[in-house]
Amino acid sequence: MSDMMEIQTPLFEGQLICLAPIDHDKDPEIESQWTHDSEFMRMLSTEPMRPLSPAQVKKKYEAIEKDLEESKNLFYFTIRLRADDHLLGFARLYWVEWTNGAGMLKLGIGSRTDRGHGYGSEALRLMLRYAFTELNLHRLSATIPEYNPVALHVFAKAGFVEEVRRRQAINRDGRRWDLIHVGILREEWLARLA
Amino acid sequence: MNNELLTGDLIRLTAEDPQIYAETFSRWGRDSEYTRLLDNDPARMPSITKTKEWFEKFSEKEQVNETFFLVRSLEGNTLIGFVGLFGIEWNHGDAWVGIGIGDRQYWGKGYGTDAMRVILRYAFTELNLHRITLGVFEYNSRAIRSYEKAGFIIEGRFRQQLHREGRHWDEIMMGILREEWMENEK
Repeated sequence: MSDMMEIQTPLFEGQLICLAPIDHDKDPEIESQWTHDSEFMRMLSTEPMRPLSPAQVKKKYEAIEKDLEESKNLFYFTIRLRADDHLLGFARLYWVEWTNGAGMLKLGIGSRTDRGHGYGSEALRLMLRYAFTELNLHRLSATIPEYNPVALHVFAKAGFVEEVRRRQAINRDGRRWDLIHVGILREEWLARLA
Repeated sequence: MNNELLTGDLIRLTAEDPQIYAETFSRWGRDSEYTRLLDNDPARMPSITKTKEWFEKFSEKEQVNETFFLVRSLEGNTLIGFVGLFGIEWNHGDAWVGIGIGDRQYWGKGYGTDAMRVILRYAFTELNLHRITLGVFEYNSRAIRSYEKAGFIIEGRFRQQLHREGRHWDEIMMGILREEWMENEK
């Protein structure tokens, strides 16, 4: 009975948010705005931040769809508010190594006003369940710059442990910062559920 | 100014044509101990033809974020391995180094360490990078010793990153900063 219950519990629905496919018509304009927010972009990635037009975002989505079809190492979701389906952010599992059972995780809530409501934590919880009970991975990894204490806290709360500190790997705003790798093993995730 | 940038004590770095690359890489690729020390992907053996195709495509495009060399022994001029810098993030001055000595006769004799010294010098004095990162599997003790000799410091581990022979293994992460490298060179 309990096994069936777990199969019935939605993978993609949380309380406030859900994971969903890309909406190629509505999402490009919203994501284009996020790419103009240097705070968001610098928290998210070590690549030089560059704003994108809606058309460029649309092209990026097309490349993601192609990758989803061809590579089998990528799982990409949008994060949407359940109440009105509006786009909040994205979450992806990438560089999945099937023989090793390892994968990388990245997620972000794009708009400043949508942050601080627990949407990221909820999305992270759903992604962990998906990774460990549907993809059957053994461990997950994420990279977080040391200047992003909110993300460090959200991931630590979810059970991730600091594993690697790449000293002075980031040069931004005229100074150097460390890049931190955090990781979680499936056995650790299971122990927290118990 | 050092004008022997590509030459060390035991080895030199070279660029070679696709046929040479393809024949040697395909041969080394048949040594599963070598591929399992080197790579987290499952061991498989690409043909000479496929390897050549791949390398020709790779050489066609101008590589902006990688730089790749073959390694030849100074004595005997034998092609023994490769070394390269990958995933170069120019804005941060950070890059990954990858190295493999495919010819077993050259294991444990300082050739790998010498090639690493040469690529670090290239990275820090010609590409002007700030730091170099590498990952090494915990079962590769020979490489770990070599990297420590070259000045790398352990920065952590990806726990149970690898699954081989029925058990999990950590991947150890190491890094070296230019200021550390310069201190060592004195």
